[in-house]
Amino acid sequence: MIVVMNFVYKFLSLSLFSIGSLFAIDQELAFEDPALLSTYQDLVNEIRCLVCQNQTIADSTAPLATDLKREIKSMIEQGVPKDDILIFLTDRYGDFVLYNPPLQANTLVLWATPIIFILIGVATFILILRKYTKQS
Amino acid sequence: MIKYIIPLIIFFTLVGFFIRGLSLNPSYVPSPLIGKNIPNYELQDLENLENTIRSSDMLGNVSLLNVWATWCIECRNEHPFLVELSETTNIPIYGLNWKDNRSDALDWLQTLGDPYVSSAYDLTGEIAIDWGVYAAPETFLIGSDGIILYKHIAALTPEVWTKEFVPRILNDCRNEFCL
Repeated sequence: MIVVMNFVYKFLSLSLFSIGSLFAIDQELAFEDPALLSTYQDLVNEIRCLVCQNQTIADSTAPLATDLKREIKSMIEQGVPKDDILIFLTDRYGDFVLYNPPLQANTLVLWATPIIFILIGVATFILILRKYTKQS
Repeated sequence: MIKYIIPLIIFFTLVGFFIRGLSLNPSYVPSPLIGKNIPNYELQDLENLENTIRSSDMLGNVSLLNVWATWCIECRNEHPFLVELSETTNIPIYGLNWKDNRSDALDWLQTLGDPYVSSAYDLTGEIAIDWGVYAAPETFLIGSDGIILYKHIAALTPEVWTKEFVPRILNDCRNEFCL
């Protein structure tokens, strides 16, 4: 029984320990000032990790993501406005680092497609509705 | 009739998109730095920490900047070709040693050969961010006036060299000694 308890205890403390280390990356970086912290969190959740492209740098533990988080943190500390930090990143990595791409000539199709599909859907719905109301 | 044509059009449009999508490399991200000046930097020389390497060292000649590290397997595959280039061409190759262990890096140069004029030691990865580096190896082609002409991601191979680098080098070169 004691052996089992001991095992359970070790297992629990190990799993707690690993949870702690999971959060450690950002805990270490977090700001005390809630305003700065929220700017930081907005930014790290909006920037794509280029090593693991379907993750934000907030989600990623890749070395480059850690470097970018450190860089963003130090810019926030220096009082660089959020927009300038985004420009800093897109100047180096292109618009692809943004999870929220700007509306411009080469992203027009991207932004317009959902609207076009909704319009097609609504049009189809109305057409079918009319057809059936006529029949009945 | 139109009932059958519309699904067909939609089908072939989708097929068109898929075929295009399959031929793209999703890990390729075009660099916004092409056509711009090289970023300004100062770093320690990997081989002699007391020496400072500056971005201005690269001006005056068409040159290459190769981002490498000992943890990068493709860099190892690429290395013999860099050594060959350094022996057979006049192009200076500058190294940017990215987030690496210094003694491992020095061992690497000792055993595999050193194709670099110098290797800048970027332990924190701060300068690599300025170059928009996200995957080693990466090789930048830099014009004699410091404009970035081309960036190749992944190992530099003789095919890529002949196809992408040589024409651009000849185009930028102002004397016969570039290659």
